[in-house]
Amino acid sequence: MFQPRSIQSSLSFRDKIFSIDYILVFSILILGITSMFAMYSTDGGEFKYHTESHIVRFSIFFIMFFILSFIQIRFWHSTSYLIYTIFFILLICVKYFGLTSSGSQRWLNLYFMNLQPSELMKIGLILFLAKYYHRISIENINKLKFLFLPIVVLVAPVLLVIMQPDLGTALLIAAGGLIVAWLAGVRAKFFTYATLLFITLLPVAISFLKPYQKARILTFLNPEKDPLGAGYQIIQSKIAIGSGGLFGKGFLNGSQSYLDYLPEKHTDFIFTLFSEEFGFFGSIFILVLYGIIILRIIKAGNVTRSNFGKLYCYSFASAFFVYVVVNMGMVLGLLPIVGSPLPIMSYGGSSMMAIMLGLGIVMSCRVYKDSPVN
Amino acid sequence: MLNSSPGNTVIKSKLISRRMFLLTVGKAIVVVGVLGRLISLQINESKKYKTLSDKNRFREWKLAPERGIIRDYFNVDIASNRQVYQIHLIPENTQSIEEVFFRLKTILNLSDKKIFFLKKKIAKQKPWEPVIISDNLNWSEFSRINLFLHELQGIEPIVSIARKYEDNSSVHALGYVSQASAKDLKNKKYLKEMSVPGMAVGKTGLERRLDEKIIGEVGFQRYEVNAFGKRIKQIKVDPGKAGQNFKTTLDLEVQKYVTEILGDTAASVCVMDIYNGDIVSMVSSPSYDPNAFVHGVEKNYWQNLIKNEKKPLTNKALSGLYPPGSTIKTIVALSALENKIITPSNRVECNGKIEMFGEKFHCWKKKGHGVMNMRSGIKRSCDVYFYEVARRLGVDRLSITAKKFGLGKKVLNDFIEERSGVVPNTSWKKKYLGQNWYLGETLHSGIGQGYFLSTPIQLCLMTAQIANGGFEIKPRIIFDKEKNSLKEYLKFKNENPNEPLPAELLVSNFDLKPLFNNQENIKIIQDAMFSSSNEPGGTSYGSRLEDSKFTFAGKTGSSQIKKFTEEQREAEVKQESLDYKSRDHALFVAFAPYKDPKYAISVVVEHGGSGSKAAAPIAKKVIKKVLERHSLRQSVNNLQGDSI
Repeated sequence: MFQPRSIQSSLSFRDKIFSIDYILVFSILILGITSMFAMYSTDGGEFKYHTESHIVRFSIFFIMFFILSFIQIRFWHSTSYLIYTIFFILLICVKYFGLTSSGSQRWLNLYFMNLQPSELMKIGLILFLAKYYHRISIENINKLKFLFLPIVVLVAPVLLVIMQPDLGTALLIAAGGLIVAWLAGVRAKFFTYATLLFITLLPVAISFLKPYQKARILTFLNPEKDPLGAGYQIIQSKIAIGSGGLFGKGFLNGSQSYLDYLPEKHTDFIFTLFSEEFGFFGSIFILVLYGIIILRIIKAGNVTRSNFGKLYCYSFASAFFVYVVVNMGMVLGLLPIVGSPLPIMSYGGSSMMAIMLGLGIVMSCRVYKDSPVN
Repeated sequence: MLNSSPGNTVIKSKLISRRMFLLTVGKAIVVVGVLGRLISLQINESKKYKTLSDKNRFREWKLAPERGIIRDYFNVDIASNRQVYQIHLIPENTQSIEEVFFRLKTILNLSDKKIFFLKKKIAKQKPWEPVIISDNLNWSEFSRINLFLHELQGIEPIVSIARKYEDNSSVHALGYVSQASAKDLKNKKYLKEMSVPGMAVGKTGLERRLDEKIIGEVGFQRYEVNAFGKRIKQIKVDPGKAGQNFKTTLDLEVQKYVTEILGDTAASVCVMDIYNGDIVSMVSSPSYDPNAFVHGVEKNYWQNLIKNEKKPLTNKALSGLYPPGSTIKTIVALSALENKIITPSNRVECNGKIEMFGEKFHCWKKKGHGVMNMRSGIKRSCDVYFYEVARRLGVDRLSITAKKFGLGKKVLNDFIEERSGVVPNTSWKKKYLGQNWYLGETLHSGIGQGYFLSTPIQLCLMTAQIANGGFEIKPRIIFDKEKNSLKEYLKFKNENPNEPLPAELLVSNFDLKPLFNNQENIKIIQDAMFSSSNEPGGTSYGSRLEDSKFTFAGKTGSSQIKKFTEEQREAEVKQESLDYKSRDHALFVAFAPYKDPKYAISVVVEHGGSGSKAAAPIAKKVIKKVLERHSLRQSVNNLQGDSI
């Protein structure tokens, strides 16, 4: 079952190129190109700011993804805590130097781009916990003493992000962390306890919510109650998707989006736009692409030997799945509007950067599948 | 703490894979959920959402249709349309309504009250629906607005159309239009789909009666609009359909002439073609300006109209109720002849009064008329003669004849303001007053007093039906080429210029039924009316027209408002010395020309004193005017009878 260490440590460049998962690469590329068309449509069928910027970002981060793929998995393992720490420091910086836009302080001005550290933290937390659970012995996993650190590293960034306030991203960060813990073997009872604790603390938490956040949750429960207010987004999104029908209204013909009935069409509601223009088949096309990507990430977890690699790939695959499902659930009116981007499709540099970073590490797990991490 | 033993690693790896499997099962369930939702939205309910999307996408602005034109008999416009300059405000296109009003105030002289009213209106309707700020600007105001337009967000200058009435003479017949009220929208079914801001609907008269047909069909502009209501592009325009035009039987020249004669008097004049019932003229005075209502009537103007004791808003020709007075004597005499109660030569002596049923009945002439027969009774309008005739006739037989000749029921029917009046008889009194009939009341009825009430148009119809030889006609104000029998009539007249129209022709062509038992009786009445107007001693002799082309035969009447006291009678108090409200109404009915009757006329002057002094002189002028225009009217009928 074990191959000689000498073979693994001396991968030629050719070997590396061959061991790249091209199905994953092409799926990402096709999704990226699809997202460019969608972005072109949000700009009303013209090459405008959003389209150009999206193309540039995708290109840069796609290349970054490719480069990251060739970094040894050992590197990721050894720097996991450091990466988490850097991201955490960035989150703290946001609190003090962050840019405020529409009432929430989420971004750092890096001059060439506005960075949203909370997006990066999605990956940082997974990396941290993957390393942590890789390192502790199986007997210790469910000891309370060893649960302390994971709880701290999970709760601390989540609280920072909630305070920005950005409920959606905070929940997604937390989901990523919980997934790692679950996969590492933390007993179900602890999740039950956590859930009970969460429910008891919920009223307290709600009292800390901003009024618009409360409204969103109430609106989700009954969107038709206030069709011109907070329920507007859900209703218009459902109208757009539903009116797309089987084949869609055609490229650039989505009336809901180009007449501005669709809110946030560049970011959170990009799937709505695509669904309106390309219909049920378009929606299935996107779903299938995401399905392939997630399955290929799981495949990378299957083939990589180290538990760090497995934990990371499985967790990232699951987290990625959650990102996709939460966004779709939101635009389809199944979940409240919490503000979460659709990976790769949505406009937004930080989200793109975080996803490509995550995918790069996955690819590295695949390329260096047989190499030990420590 | 650190663990790198291979066995442990393998166990851990298996644990991770097992947990991943569980997670994957969970994911599969979620995916099924998302797929199910997609199927439900995009396949099952797609139709519903497509409709909703179109509802979002398109917005329609209704266009008020052009109102049909109302013309007179000579195809001259009485009510037409004109261009008006308006400014509309679309509230959602403006940043600040306050600012727009502030700017408008300086440019247009908008009153604070009007601004308050407009703001209230804006709050009530959808933000994309235009509000009419000003619907009738003059050119200089309009051009000033256009000059400042770049500073006035949401303001749109509009060239629209509005009702225009050529003059005031026909205002009562035509009525007027004004903005549809909430009540109109609720009560009139045809307006349901038509709620266009600023659309005018007929409020009274013909405008109201013809409203459904004359109003036209609403058009619309369909625009694609974005979420902010901004019009992106026009998808479809339907200009709607202009309303139907109508030609009336009125003669605008006569209308104007009559209005001029009547001036400020509270009076009404009706002129009717005695063969086809065409109403040549129907004027009520004082008149008012219907144009004042088109854009909403000004409060002061309105107050003046409703406070005026001469009641300018009332169409006196249709809804003025007057005791017919002595004009009824023609019908009383006719009824007595028809019922063979008396013969024309039966004599009655008039001493100025008679005593009957314990009551004194006075003749208007205190000294009395001496010995009267039917002809002189009508000629001199002797009350005592008719007391006697009425007594013998009885009120029930009188009421039958009066109703036959058009009294007591609506003449034109379709005008809601028309009233039917009263032709009293014993059962009427029992039914409406719950009392038995007193014989004395028969005598009052015999001279058109008591319970008798009639409208001027009824008196005109009554006279017309006597004039045409006693045939029923159906008066009309809308020209109808189908049932226009005048052609046959004219054909006969051309061939036999000096012959009266034979009864057979009348009946067959007019599809009329005779109202008499013996046509000779009608002729006796006609002759008596002739004597009244053309023989010395006749009550309207002073207003006669000697030219045989114009000679008319008529009957005066005065309807009492207040019964004279004995003292007043003794003192021979003159009508002119009474205060306005107590004076008698003056009535006069006539037909002309006597030799070959063509038109019937009724004139009622409220509180005019006596028929011979106040009403007959007006009739004299109008008859002349109408007859002068008779040949013109014929020629128009021949030439343009088919155009409507």
